[in-house]
Amino acid sequence: MNQNWKEQLYEPMGELLSVHNIGYDEELISIQDVNLHYTGQAGKKITALENINFNIYRGEFICVIGPSGCGKSTLLKILAGFIKPSTGKVELDGKKIEGVDWHRGVVFQNPPLYEWLTVRKNISFGPKMRGIPKAEYEELTDQYLEKVGLTEFADKRIYELSGGMKQRVSIARTLINDPEVLLMDEPFGALDALTRENVQDMTRKIWWDTNKTILFITHDVEEALLLGSRVIVLSKHPGRVIEDIPVNFSRRIIEENAKDIKFTEEFYKYRERLLRRIHEQTA
Amino acid sequence: MRTSNRTIERCLTVGTVVLILALWYVLTIGGIFSETIIPSMKSVGQAFVKIVSDGYKGSSLWMHLATSMKRLLIAYGLVVITAVPLGLLSGYNSKVCAILEPVIEFYRPLPPLAYYTILVLWMGIGESSKLCLLYLAGFAPVYISCVSGVIRIKSDYINGAYTLGANKRQIFFHVIFPAALTDIFTGLRTALGVEYTTLVAAEMVAATAGIGWLVLDASNYLRSDIVFMGVILMGITGVLLDKLIRVIENHVVHWKGKN
Repeated sequence: MNQNWKEQLYEPMGELLSVHNIGYDEELISIQDVNLHYTGQAGKKITALENINFNIYRGEFICVIGPSGCGKSTLLKILAGFIKPSTGKVELDGKKIEGVDWHRGVVFQNPPLYEWLTVRKNISFGPKMRGIPKAEYEELTDQYLEKVGLTEFADKRIYELSGGMKQRVSIARTLINDPEVLLMDEPFGALDALTRENVQDMTRKIWWDTNKTILFITHDVEEALLLGSRVIVLSKHPGRVIEDIPVNFSRRIIEENAKDIKFTEEFYKYRERLLRRIHEQTA
Repeated sequence: MRTSNRTIERCLTVGTVVLILALWYVLTIGGIFSETIIPSMKSVGQAFVKIVSDGYKGSSLWMHLATSMKRLLIAYGLVVITAVPLGLLSGYNSKVCAILEPVIEFYRPLPPLAYYTILVLWMGIGESSKLCLLYLAGFAPVYISCVSGVIRIKSDYINGAYTLGANKRQIFFHVIFPAALTDIFTGLRTALGVEYTTLVAAEMVAATAGIGWLVLDASNYLRSDIVFMGVILMGITGVLLDKLIRVIENHVVHWKGKN
C-alpha cells in the first residue's frame, strides 16, 4: 500500500486520479450527485454546486480548495446539515444526513464562542448539553484543554484570548464530543502567519493521534498540502470537483519529522499544479 | 491619554451642570422673571427644607417618594418577568411574534393619557390602574429590544450550539438569553425612563401621595418652587436608578464592549 502512495506522488502531473482505497478504505460519508441551486437576484437560477460526487473515508484529512465563490463553504454546510442539497444525497454511515447533529462537528471561520462562559465552560458546553454526567465531562474538558494547550487559560474569559487561542477553544469544544467527522470552514484564514503555523501543527497532530476524519475548507493551497491526506479542488461557478489527489506531506511531516517539506521540489510541483488549476478558473 | 481624556469629559459634564445652575441663578437675581415663571434657587431650597420637615399635604417627602418608587418598582418588576421572556420568545419563534407584534405595535405609540381613562374605567381608581399604566409603558421598550436582541444574534452562535448537541430549549436558555443580555439591558434602561415619564400621568387620577402627584398638586396652586423641587428630585432619583441598572449591567454583561 505504501508503494502505491509513492508511485502516485511522483506522478503528480497525471490525469485526475482516483484516490479510493489508498490507505483509507472504510467509507464514512458518501456524496452522490449533489447539486445546489438557489434563486438569485431577478429570479435567476444560480447553481452553486454541480454534480458533486465523492466519498469520504474514515481517517482521511480532506482539504477542499477553490477560488472564492466556488461553493466550498456551501458544500460544508450541506455536510453539516445547515442546508439541504437541491438534488442528490449525502449519507453518513449509510444514513441520510438530515439536519444538524453533534456527530458532525463544525469549526467555524469566526469561532462563535460564548463570551458569557469561561474557556473551560465553552469546551464543556457540548457534553453538558448532551446530558453527560458532570464528573465525566469535567474530566474530558481537562483532557481537551491539555490537547489544545490551553490548560493555563482554562478560567480565562473569551475576550482575553488571542485569535489563535479562540480557534483552539473552538476545536477543543468540537472534538470533545468525539464526532464522526470534523468539518472545518477556513478556520485559520484570519490568523497571522506564525499563529497559523502553530494551529496547523496542532490540527495535524490531533488528526494523527486521534484518527479523526476531517474535511477542511481553505483557499490556501499551501495549507491544504501541508495538512491534508487528500486535496479536492472545486471550480468556480458552478462548483464542480476538478481535481482530487492524494498527498502525503502531512503524514511525512509527522512520521519523518520533515519540517522543511514545503521547500522540496516535490512540494513545489504539487503547489504549482494546484495553483494552475485554480488560476485556470479565475482567468 | 485615556485617563486625561476621561478627566476632560468629567470636567465638561460638571461644567455643564454648573453652567445651568449659574444661568438659573443669574436669571432670578434681578427679579426679571416672576417667582411663578422661574422661582429662585433660594425659594426652591426653602420649599425643600420646609417639605422635608413638615411634609406635603399629610405625607412626608419620603412617603411621597417611597409611594412613587413602590409603584414604579412593582410595575418594573412585572415588566422584567414578562416582557423579557415574551420578547425573547418572539425573536426566537416567528409565530409568537406574529401574535404579539400587532398588539404591541398598536398601543406603543399611543400617549399613555389616551388610554389611561379606559384603564381607570376597567380597574377603578386604586393602585391597579396606576400599576397597569406604568406596566404598559415599560413593557413595549423591553419587548422590542429583546426581539431585536435575538434577531441580531449571529446564526453561527445558534448553528454552533446545534452542532455541539444542544436542543431548541437548551439553546433558548444557554445561548439566546445570554447573547441577548446586552440588548435586554438597553431595553430595561429605556423602560425605566419611559415609566418615569409616565409616573406623573399615573398619579393624576385619585392619588393622594406620590412625587408625581405632589408636582401636579403644587402646580394647581401655582407653587412653582415646589414644582421645581419635585422635578429636580425626580430627575436625581431617575439618574440614580439608571446608574444602579448600569452597575448591575456591568456586573452581569461583563463581556460587553470587550470584543
